[in-house]
Amino acid sequence: MIPPAFDYATPKTLREAVALLGQNPEAKILAGGHSLIPMMKFRLASPALLIDLNRLDSLAYLREEGGWLKIGAMTREADLDHSDLIQKKYPLLADTTRMIADPLVRNMATVGGNLAHADPANDHPATMLAYGAQVVATGPKGERVIPIDQFFTGPFETALAHDEILTEIRIPAPRPGSGGAYMKVERKVGDFATAAVAAQISLGAGGSCEYVGIGLTNVGLTPIKASKAEDALKGQKPDDANIRRAAQLASEAAEPASDYRGSEEYKRALVKTLAVRALRKAVERAKGG
Amino acid sequence: MSTHHVKVTVNGAVKEADVEARTLLVHFLRETLGMTGTHIGCDTTSCGACAILLNGRAAKSCTVLAVQADGGEVMTVEGLAQNGKLHPIQEGFMEKHGLQCGFCTPGMMLSAVALLKQNPNPTEDEIRWGLSGNLCRCTGYMNIVKAVQYAAEKMKTQ
Repeated sequence: MIPPAFDYATPKTLREAVALLGQNPEAKILAGGHSLIPMMKFRLASPALLIDLNRLDSLAYLREEGGWLKIGAMTREADLDHSDLIQKKYPLLADTTRMIADPLVRNMATVGGNLAHADPANDHPATMLAYGAQVVATGPKGERVIPIDQFFTGPFETALAHDEILTEIRIPAPRPGSGGAYMKVERKVGDFATAAVAAQISLGAGGSCEYVGIGLTNVGLTPIKASKAEDALKGQKPDDANIRRAAQLASEAAEPASDYRGSEEYKRALVKTLAVRALRKAVERAKGG
Repeated sequence: MSTHHVKVTVNGAVKEADVEARTLLVHFLRETLGMTGTHIGCDTTSCGACAILLNGRAAKSCTVLAVQADGGEVMTVEGLAQNGKLHPIQEGFMEKHGLQCGFCTPGMMLSAVALLKQNPNPTEDEIRWGLSGNLCRCTGYMNIVKAVQYAAEKMKTQ
Protein backbone atom coordinates (compact mmCIF):
# COMPACT_ATOMS: atom_id res chain seq x y z
CA MET A 1 0.00 0.00 0.00
CA ILE A 2 1.35 3.37 -0.99
CA PRO A 3 0.08 6.47 0.80
CA PRO A 4 -1.80 9.16 -1.17
CA ALA A 5 0.50 11.82 -2.64
CA PHE A 6 1.76 14.59 -0.38
CA ASP A 7 4.45 17.22 -0.21
CA TYR A 8 7.41 16.69 2.07
CA ALA A 9 9.63 19.18 3.89
CA THR A 10 12.69 18.77 6.09
CA PRO A 11 13.00 21.99 8.09
CA LYS A 12 16.49 22.78 9.38
CA THR A 13 15.26 24.44 12.55
CA LEU A 14 12.35 24.15 14.93
CA ARG A 15 11.33 27.70 14.11
CA GLU A 16 11.13 26.81 10.44
CA ALA A 17 9.03 23.73 11.28
CA VAL A 18 6.59 25.80 13.33
CA ALA A 19 6.31 28.39 10.53
CA LEU A 20 5.61 25.69 7.92
CA LEU A 21 2.95 24.20 10.15
CA GLY A 22 1.31 27.60 10.62
CA GLN A 23 1.26 28.24 6.86
CA ASN A 24 -0.28 24.88 5.97
CA PRO A 25 -3.57 23.95 7.64
CA GLU A 26 -3.43 20.48 6.02
CA ALA A 27 0.11 19.71 7.23
CA LYS A 28 1.08 17.01 9.70
CA ILE A 29 4.27 16.54 11.68
CA LEU A 30 6.25 13.39 10.88
CA ALA A 31 8.07 12.03 13.95
CA GLY A 32 8.71 8.26 14.12
CA GLY A 33 5.91 7.79 11.59
CA HIS A 34 4.86 4.42 12.96
CA SER A 35 1.29 5.55 13.59
CA LEU A 36 1.01 8.20 10.89
CA ILE A 37 2.43 6.27 7.90
CA PRO A 38 0.17 3.22 8.49
CA MET A 39 -2.82 5.59 8.83
CA MET A 40 -1.87 7.24 5.54
CA LYS A 41 -1.60 3.86 3.83
CA PHE A 42 -5.12 3.03 5.05
CA ARG A 43 -6.37 6.48 3.92
CA LEU A 44 -7.32 7.30 7.51
CA ALA A 45 -5.07 10.34 7.19
CA SER A 46 -4.15 12.23 4.03
CA PRO A 47 -2.11 15.28 4.97
CA ALA A 48 -1.16 17.58 2.09
CA LEU A 49 2.28 18.15 3.60
CA LEU A 50 4.51 16.16 5.93
CA ILE A 51 6.93 18.19 8.00
CA ASP A 52 9.70 15.78 8.95
CA LEU A 53 11.35 16.45 12.32
CA ASN A 54 13.75 13.52 12.02
CA ARG A 55 16.62 15.76 11.02
CA LEU A 56 16.26 18.01 14.08
CA ASP A 57 18.79 16.29 16.34
CA SER A 58 18.28 18.99 18.94
CA LEU A 59 14.89 17.42 19.77
CA ALA A 60 16.37 14.07 20.84
CA TYR A 61 17.73 14.11 24.41
CA LEU A 62 17.26 12.74 27.90
CA ARG A 63 18.50 14.77 30.85
CA GLU A 64 17.71 15.59 34.47
CA GLU A 65 17.57 19.29 35.13
CA GLY A 66 16.04 21.41 37.90
CA GLY A 67 14.05 18.58 39.44
CA TRP A 68 12.71 17.26 36.14
CA LEU A 69 13.55 14.51 33.72
CA LYS A 70 13.42 16.28 30.36
CA ILE A 71 12.78 14.15 27.30
CA GLY A 72 13.13 15.66 23.85
CA ALA A 73 10.06 14.84 21.78
CA MET A 74 12.08 13.03 19.08
CA THR A 75 13.71 10.65 21.58
CA ARG A 76 13.19 7.08 20.34
CA GLU A 77 11.69 4.36 22.48
CA ALA A 78 14.89 2.34 21.99
CA ASP A 79 16.88 5.21 23.55
CA LEU A 80 14.76 5.00 26.72
CA ASP A 81 15.24 1.24 26.71
CA HIS A 82 19.04 1.62 26.50
CA SER A 83 19.35 4.40 29.08
CA ASP A 84 20.82 3.46 32.48
CA LEU A 85 19.21 6.55 34.03
CA ILE A 86 15.74 5.43 32.90
CA GLN A 87 16.30 1.80 33.88
CA LYS A 88 17.50 2.73 37.39
CA LYS A 89 15.46 5.73 38.36
CA TYR A 90 12.32 5.62 36.19
CA PRO A 91 11.13 2.00 36.29
CA LEU A 92 7.59 2.92 35.25
CA LEU A 93 8.93 4.56 32.09
CA ALA A 94 11.33 1.65 31.50
CA ASP A 95 8.46 -0.85 31.82
CA THR A 96 6.30 1.17 29.44
CA THR A 97 8.79 1.59 26.64
CA ARG A 98 9.52 -2.15 26.55
CA MET A 99 5.82 -2.90 26.10
CA ILE A 100 5.41 -0.63 23.08
CA ALA A 101 5.08 -2.53 19.79
CA ASP A 102 8.29 -4.49 19.04
CA PRO A 103 12.06 -3.79 18.94
CA LEU A 104 12.08 -2.65 15.29
CA VAL A 105 9.23 -0.23 15.82
CA ARG A 106 10.89 1.07 18.99
CA ASN A 107 13.97 2.01 16.95
CA MET A 108 11.83 4.54 15.07
CA ALA A 109 8.91 5.42 17.36
CA THR A 110 9.23 8.57 19.46
CA VAL A 111 7.94 9.54 22.90
CA GLY A 112 6.59 12.83 21.57
CA GLY A 113 4.74 11.10 18.77
CA ASN A 114 3.22 8.55 21.13
CA LEU A 115 1.71 11.43 23.17
CA ALA A 116 0.80 13.89 20.40
CA HIS A 117 -0.98 11.16 18.41
CA ALA A 118 -3.26 10.81 21.47
CA ASP A 119 -4.49 7.35 20.61
CA PRO A 120 -6.17 6.12 23.83
CA ALA A 121 -4.51 2.76 23.09
CA ASN A 122 -1.00 4.25 23.20
CA ASP A 123 1.04 3.44 26.28
CA HIS A 124 2.90 6.63 27.26
CA PRO A 125 -0.23 8.69 27.99
CA ALA A 126 -1.24 6.60 31.03
CA THR A 127 2.35 6.56 32.24
CA MET A 128 2.70 10.33 31.94
CA LEU A 129 -0.63 10.75 33.77
CA ALA A 130 0.71 8.54 36.59
CA TYR A 131 3.92 10.58 36.78
CA GLY A 132 2.08 13.91 36.76
CA ALA A 133 4.18 14.97 33.75
CA GLN A 134 4.04 18.15 31.69
CA VAL A 135 4.51 18.67 27.99
CA VAL A 136 6.05 21.69 26.30
CA ALA A 137 4.31 22.99 23.19
CA THR A 138 6.29 25.28 20.88
CA GLY A 139 4.36 27.64 18.63
CA PRO A 140 4.93 30.90 16.79
CA LYS A 141 4.86 32.85 20.07
CA GLY A 142 7.27 30.53 21.85
CA GLU A 143 6.81 27.81 24.42
CA ARG A 144 3.96 26.99 26.75
CA VAL A 145 3.71 24.25 29.33
CA ILE A 146 0.65 22.00 29.43
CA PRO A 147 0.01 19.72 32.42
CA ILE A 148 -0.57 16.23 31.07
CA ASP A 149 -3.98 15.90 32.71
CA GLN A 150 -5.15 18.79 30.51
CA PHE A 151 -3.48 17.51 27.35
CA PHE A 152 -5.80 14.75 26.10
CA THR A 153 -9.05 16.39 25.07
CA GLY A 154 -10.62 13.55 23.05
CA PRO A 155 -9.81 10.50 20.98
CA PHE A 156 -6.78 11.50 18.87
CA GLU A 157 -7.29 15.09 20.08
CA THR A 158 -4.99 17.17 22.24
CA ALA A 159 -4.69 20.67 23.65
CA LEU A 160 -2.08 21.49 20.98
CA ALA A 161 -3.09 24.26 18.59
CA HIS A 162 -2.56 23.46 14.90
CA ASP A 163 0.59 25.60 14.76
CA GLU A 164 2.14 24.11 17.89
CA ILE A 165 4.61 21.23 18.07
CA LEU A 166 5.09 19.07 21.15
CA THR A 167 8.81 19.52 21.79
CA GLU A 168 9.55 18.26 25.31
CA ILE A 169 8.12 16.02 28.01
CA ARG A 170 8.92 16.77 31.66
CA ILE A 171 8.60 14.14 34.36
CA PRO A 172 9.07 15.23 38.00
CA ALA A 173 12.31 13.59 39.20
CA PRO A 174 11.18 11.08 41.82
CA ARG A 175 12.32 11.64 45.38
CA PRO A 176 13.94 8.75 47.28
CA GLY A 177 11.36 6.14 48.27
CA SER A 178 9.59 6.26 44.91
CA GLY A 179 8.73 3.48 42.51
CA GLY A 180 6.44 2.69 39.64
CA ALA A 181 5.32 -0.07 37.32
CA TYR A 182 3.40 -0.58 34.09
CA MET A 183 1.29 -3.70 33.67
CA LYS A 184 -0.18 -4.48 30.27
CA VAL A 185 -2.13 -7.36 28.82
CA GLU A 186 -1.78 -7.67 25.04
CA ARG A 187 -2.90 -10.59 22.90
CA LYS A 188 0.49 -10.81 21.19
CA VAL A 189 3.66 -8.77 20.76
CA GLY A 190 2.93 -5.58 18.89
CA ASP A 191 -0.78 -5.45 19.65
CA PHE A 192 -2.39 -2.57 21.45
CA ALA A 193 -3.28 -3.16 25.09
CA THR A 194 -6.46 -5.03 25.90
CA ALA A 195 -5.96 -2.94 29.03
CA ALA A 196 -2.96 -1.57 30.90
CA VAL A 197 -2.33 0.26 34.16
CA ALA A 198 0.50 2.65 35.07
CA ALA A 199 1.22 3.29 38.76
CA GLN A 200 3.70 5.63 40.44
CA ILE A 201 4.11 5.89 44.22
CA SER A 202 6.27 7.86 46.67
CA LEU A 203 6.41 6.64 50.25
CA GLY A 204 6.81 9.06 53.17
CA ALA A 205 8.93 8.57 56.28
CA GLY A 206 6.18 6.66 58.11
CA GLY A 207 5.66 4.33 55.17
CA SER A 208 2.41 5.87 53.97
CA CYS A 209 1.84 7.01 50.37
CA GLU A 210 2.78 10.67 49.87
CA TYR A 211 2.27 10.55 46.11
CA VAL A 212 0.05 8.24 44.11
CA GLY A 213 -0.42 8.41 40.35
CA ILE A 214 -2.54 5.93 38.39
CA GLY A 215 -3.19 6.01 34.62
CA LEU A 216 -5.24 3.63 32.46
CA THR A 217 -4.60 2.63 28.83
CA ASN A 218 -7.20 1.74 26.20
CA VAL A 219 -10.23 1.54 28.44
CA GLY A 220 -11.96 4.75 27.33
CA LEU A 221 -12.11 7.40 24.63
CA THR A 222 -9.04 9.06 26.12
CA PRO A 223 -6.29 7.87 28.46
CA ILE A 224 -7.75 7.98 31.97
CA LYS A 225 -6.32 9.39 35.20
CA ALA A 226 -7.88 7.33 38.00
CA SER A 227 -8.16 10.25 40.41
CA LYS A 228 -10.51 8.62 42.94
CA ALA A 229 -8.22 5.63 43.20
CA GLU A 230 -5.22 7.94 43.71
CA ASP A 231 -7.04 9.92 46.42
CA ALA A 232 -8.10 6.75 48.22
CA LEU A 233 -4.50 5.59 48.59
CA LYS A 234 -2.90 8.96 49.29
CA GLY A 235 -1.88 9.30 52.95
CA GLN A 236 -2.61 5.61 53.54
CA LYS A 237 -0.32 2.67 54.13
CA PRO A 238 0.01 0.64 50.92
CA ASP A 239 -1.22 -2.58 52.53
CA ASP A 240 -3.19 -5.21 50.69
CA ALA A 241 -6.62 -3.93 51.69
CA ASN A 242 -5.84 -0.34 50.64
CA ILE A 243 -4.30 -1.46 47.34
CA ARG A 244 -7.37 -3.56 46.58
CA ARG A 245 -9.68 -0.67 47.40
CA ALA A 246 -7.73 1.66 45.09
CA ALA A 247 -7.72 -0.98 42.34
CA GLN A 248 -11.49 -1.34 42.64
CA LEU A 249 -11.86 2.44 42.22
CA ALA A 250 -9.49 2.35 39.22
CA SER A 251 -11.66 -0.29 37.56
CA GLU A 252 -14.71 1.91 38.20
CA ALA A 253 -12.93 4.83 36.49
CA ALA A 254 -12.47 2.73 33.33
CA GLU A 255 -15.01 3.12 30.55
CA PRO A 256 -14.11 0.25 28.25
CA ALA A 257 -16.05 -0.77 25.16
CA SER A 258 -16.62 -4.42 24.23
CA ASP A 259 -14.64 -5.37 21.13
CA TYR A 260 -12.62 -8.24 19.71
CA ARG A 261 -10.09 -7.83 22.52
CA GLY A 262 -12.69 -8.55 25.19
CA SER A 263 -16.00 -7.62 26.75
CA GLU A 264 -16.55 -4.54 28.85
CA GLU A 265 -16.83 -6.71 31.98
CA TYR A 266 -13.61 -8.54 31.20
CA LYS A 267 -11.67 -5.34 30.61
CA ARG A 268 -12.96 -3.79 33.83
CA ALA A 269 -11.91 -6.90 35.75
CA LEU A 270 -8.55 -6.76 33.99
CA VAL A 271 -8.01 -3.16 35.09
CA LYS A 272 -8.62 -4.16 38.70
CA THR A 273 -6.17 -7.05 38.56
CA LEU A 274 -3.52 -5.05 36.69
CA ALA A 275 -3.94 -2.14 39.12
CA VAL A 276 -3.33 -4.45 42.10
CA ARG A 277 -0.21 -5.84 40.42
CA ALA A 278 1.12 -2.46 39.29
CA LEU A 279 0.59 -0.89 42.73
CA ARG A 280 2.23 -3.84 44.51
CA LYS A 281 5.22 -3.70 42.17
CA ALA A 282 5.44 0.10 42.54
CA VAL A 283 5.52 -0.24 46.35
CA GLU A 284 8.11 -3.01 46.17
CA ARG A 285 10.32 -0.81 43.99
CA ALA A 286 9.71 2.24 46.20
CA LYS A 287 11.04 0.19 49.11
CA GLY A 288 14.13 -0.57 47.05
CA GLY A 289 13.12 -4.11 46.11
CA MET B 1 2.95 16.05 -4.69
CA SER B 2 6.65 16.54 -4.46
CA THR B 3 9.53 14.67 -6.04
CA HIS B 4 12.87 14.48 -4.30
CA HIS B 5 16.36 13.47 -5.23
CA VAL B 6 17.64 10.94 -2.73
CA LYS B 7 21.12 9.58 -2.23
CA VAL B 8 21.36 6.50 -0.05
CA THR B 9 24.34 4.27 0.67
CA VAL B 10 22.99 0.75 0.24
CA ASN B 11 25.32 -2.05 1.36
CA GLY B 12 28.24 0.33 0.94
CA ALA B 13 27.39 1.57 -2.56
CA VAL B 14 25.94 5.02 -3.16
CA LYS B 15 22.58 4.88 -4.98
CA GLU B 16 20.74 7.94 -6.27
CA ALA B 17 17.27 8.40 -7.74
CA ASP B 18 14.35 10.81 -7.99
CA VAL B 19 11.42 9.55 -5.94
CA GLU B 20 7.97 10.75 -5.01
CA ALA B 21 7.70 11.72 -1.36
CA ARG B 22 5.24 8.88 -0.84
CA THR B 23 7.62 6.17 -2.06
CA LEU B 24 8.23 3.72 0.74
CA LEU B 25 11.78 2.64 1.42
CA VAL B 26 10.90 -0.98 0.66
CA HIS B 27 9.60 0.01 -2.79
CA PHE B 28 12.68 2.13 -3.39
CA LEU B 29 14.85 -0.91 -2.67
CA ARG B 30 12.79 -3.46 -4.59
CA GLU B 31 11.54 -1.45 -7.53
CA THR B 32 13.81 1.56 -8.03
CA LEU B 33 17.01 -0.35 -7.24
CA GLY B 34 15.81 -3.83 -8.22
CA MET B 35 17.03 -5.33 -4.94
CA THR B 36 14.29 -7.84 -4.19
CA GLY B 37 15.95 -9.56 -1.24
CA THR B 38 13.92 -7.33 1.09
CA HIS B 39 10.40 -8.78 1.18
CA ILE B 40 6.99 -7.22 1.61
CA GLY B 41 4.88 -9.29 3.97
CA CYS B 42 2.04 -7.73 5.93
CA ASP B 43 2.70 -4.17 4.73
CA THR B 44 1.31 -2.98 8.10
CA THR B 45 4.39 -2.83 10.36
CA SER B 46 3.65 -6.18 11.96
CA CYS B 47 5.63 -9.02 10.36
CA GLY B 48 9.19 -7.75 9.88
CA ALA B 49 9.72 -9.40 6.46
CA CYS B 50 10.85 -5.97 5.20
CA ALA B 51 13.38 -5.41 8.00
CA ILE B 52 16.59 -3.64 7.00
CA LEU B 53 19.22 -1.72 8.93
CA LEU B 54 18.79 2.04 8.64
CA ASN B 55 21.86 3.85 9.95
CA GLY B 56 22.73 0.72 11.91
CA ARG B 57 19.34 0.15 13.52
CA ALA B 58 16.81 -2.46 12.46
CA ALA B 59 13.67 -0.91 10.99
CA LYS B 60 10.62 -1.98 9.00
CA SER B 61 11.12 -0.52 5.54
CA CYS B 62 7.38 -0.66 4.73
CA THR B 63 6.90 2.11 7.30
CA VAL B 64 9.77 4.42 6.39
CA LEU B 65 9.70 6.80 3.44
CA ALA B 66 12.57 6.63 0.97
CA VAL B 67 13.08 10.38 1.48
CA GLN B 68 13.71 9.72 5.17
CA ALA B 69 16.72 7.57 4.22
CA ASP B 70 18.26 10.36 2.12
CA GLY B 71 21.89 10.82 3.15
CA GLY B 72 21.77 7.68 5.26
CA GLU B 73 23.02 4.12 5.18
CA VAL B 74 20.90 1.07 4.52
CA MET B 75 21.90 -2.55 4.86
CA THR B 76 19.81 -5.28 3.25
CA VAL B 77 20.17 -9.04 3.04
CA GLU B 78 22.17 -8.57 -0.16
CA GLY B 79 24.88 -6.88 1.93
CA LEU B 80 25.42 -9.74 4.39
CA ALA B 81 27.75 -11.97 2.38
CA GLN B 82 31.19 -10.50 1.77
CA ASN B 83 33.44 -11.55 -1.15
CA GLY B 84 31.37 -14.65 -1.77
CA LYS B 85 31.60 -15.73 1.88
CA LEU B 86 28.37 -16.10 3.83
CA HIS B 87 27.81 -13.99 6.94
CA PRO B 88 27.76 -16.09 10.14
CA ILE B 89 24.03 -15.48 10.48
CA GLN B 90 23.43 -16.86 6.98
CA GLU B 91 25.60 -19.84 7.80
CA GLY B 92 23.63 -20.30 11.04
CA PHE B 93 20.27 -20.35 9.23
CA MET B 94 21.67 -22.91 6.81
CA GLU B 95 23.36 -25.15 9.38
CA LYS B 96 20.50 -25.07 11.91
CA HIS B 97 17.67 -25.29 9.39
CA GLY B 98 16.38 -21.87 10.45
CA LEU B 99 14.01 -21.59 7.52
CA GLN B 100 11.44 -23.53 5.58
CA CYS B 101 9.73 -21.29 3.02
CA GLY B 102 12.32 -18.56 3.49
CA PHE B 103 9.98 -15.61 3.19
CA CYS B 104 10.73 -14.16 6.64
CA THR B 105 14.41 -15.05 6.48
CA PRO B 106 15.96 -11.81 5.15
CA GLY B 107 14.18 -9.72 7.80
CA MET B 108 14.90 -12.29 10.49
CA MET B 109 18.61 -12.20 9.66
CA LEU B 110 18.81 -8.39 9.65
CA SER B 111 17.06 -8.23 13.04
CA ALA B 112 19.44 -10.89 14.34
CA VAL B 113 22.48 -8.97 13.07
CA ALA B 114 21.23 -5.83 14.86
CA LEU B 115 20.63 -7.83 18.03
CA LEU B 116 24.11 -9.42 17.99
CA LYS B 117 25.73 -6.04 17.41
CA GLN B 118 24.08 -4.72 20.59
CA ASN B 119 24.38 -7.93 22.56
CA PRO B 120 27.01 -10.40 21.33
CA ASN B 121 26.09 -12.97 24.00
CA PRO B 122 22.30 -13.09 24.09
CA THR B 123 20.41 -15.64 26.18
CA GLU B 124 17.64 -17.61 24.51
CA ASP B 125 15.10 -15.21 26.05
CA GLU B 126 17.01 -12.21 24.74
CA ILE B 127 17.08 -13.71 21.25
CA ARG B 128 13.32 -14.33 21.32
CA TRP B 129 12.76 -10.79 22.65
CA GLY B 130 15.11 -9.30 20.04
CA LEU B 131 13.28 -11.08 17.22
CA SER B 132 9.79 -10.40 18.56
CA GLY B 133 9.11 -7.95 15.74
CA ASN B 134 9.63 -10.66 13.11
CA LEU B 135 7.05 -13.33 12.39
CA CYS B 136 7.74 -16.81 11.00
CA ARG B 137 4.84 -19.05 10.03
CA CYS B 138 6.88 -22.19 9.33
CA THR B 139 9.51 -23.00 11.89
CA GLY B 140 7.98 -22.38 15.29
CA TYR B 141 11.14 -20.32 15.93
CA MET B 142 13.14 -23.14 17.59
CA ASN B 143 15.65 -23.42 14.78
CA ILE B 144 15.79 -19.67 14.26
CA VAL B 145 16.92 -19.29 17.87
CA LYS B 146 19.55 -21.99 17.25
CA ALA B 147 20.69 -20.21 14.09
CA VAL B 148 21.25 -16.99 16.05
CA GLN B 149 23.10 -18.89 18.77
CA TYR B 150 25.29 -20.47 16.08
CA ALA B 151 26.06 -17.04 14.62
CA ALA B 152 26.85 -15.61 18.07
CA GLU B 153 29.37 -18.40 18.70
CA LYS B 154 30.87 -18.06 15.26
CA MET B 155 31.22 -14.28 15.50
CA LYS B 156 33.12 -14.60 18.78
CA THR B 157 35.88 -16.56 17.08
CA GLN B 158 36.18 -14.25 14.11
